[in-house]
Amino acid sequence: MTTPLHLDVRRRAGGGETETELLLDVPSDLKYVGPAVELIVGRLPSGPLSPRRIRFNFRTALAEALANAIAYGNHHDPARVVHVLVQVGHDVVRLHVTDEGDGFDPDGIPDPTLPDRLELEDGRGLFVLRRLVDHVAFNAKGNSVCLTLLAG
Amino acid sequence: MSFTLRKDKHGVVVVGVDGQLIVGNRQELKQKVLDALEGGGRKFVVDFAKTGYIDSSGLGVLVSLSKKIREQGGDLRLCGLNEDLQTLFELTKLDTLFAITKTSEEALAAF
Repeated sequence: MTTPLHLDVRRRAGGGETETELLLDVPSDLKYVGPAVELIVGRLPSGPLSPRRIRFNFRTALAEALANAIAYGNHHDPARVVHVLVQVGHDVVRLHVTDEGDGFDPDGIPDPTLPDRLELEDGRGLFVLRRLVDHVAFNAKGNSVCLTLLAG
Repeated sequence: MSFTLRKDKHGVVVVGVDGQLIVGNRQELKQKVLDALEGGGRKFVVDFAKTGYIDSSGLGVLVSLSKKIREQGGDLRLCGLNEDLQTLFELTKLDTLFAITKTSEEALAAF
């Protein structure tokens, strides 16, 4: 079976240490979230993150960010892709997920653990993301997120 | 990744989640459980003993299924969560919405 997912792995030397970069463009179809996550995890260099943090925190965070980008950023538009860049340094992993949409205000998302929201099906993605990684930063437009996982 | 459904001798539907429960496959789980509900099943246990990870969409589908099953007078319980998945339920406060046991045997015995 052919796949539109083609991972590009690059090694960059800078600041006295070598950094590995993984680049992947993901079509705006939710069926690619699982395969894209497994493709990246399969090529993630062992180093800063423990197997457990990769298995749970990294995987879940990547799946969340990809799903948000496909559904709310690109609105499932087949003409748009989601760009994923993973930078693996000596003591940190940075995960950049960028969609081709108009962005959103991350501060405008209500707390999904409030009693009147607890039984809603959707709206937990960003809340979960913030608790899985050490730092979450959006660009000004709101269409690109950088998730930072520190070594451990 | 796949979902398996079996009925125990008391008619409890035990759903196994092999791999992950995420945005890409949540609809498949939803449909299988709703079919079983339609077929008369009222007591459900979702077993996560073989599950790697669940995203927020996976959590959402469990919330929505639980609600639908309760509306039909039934109940949906969870079991087999590893420490990380248990933490996920706790931080989203969904541990207050579901009865969660360590093993499927405990979940079945509690019905």
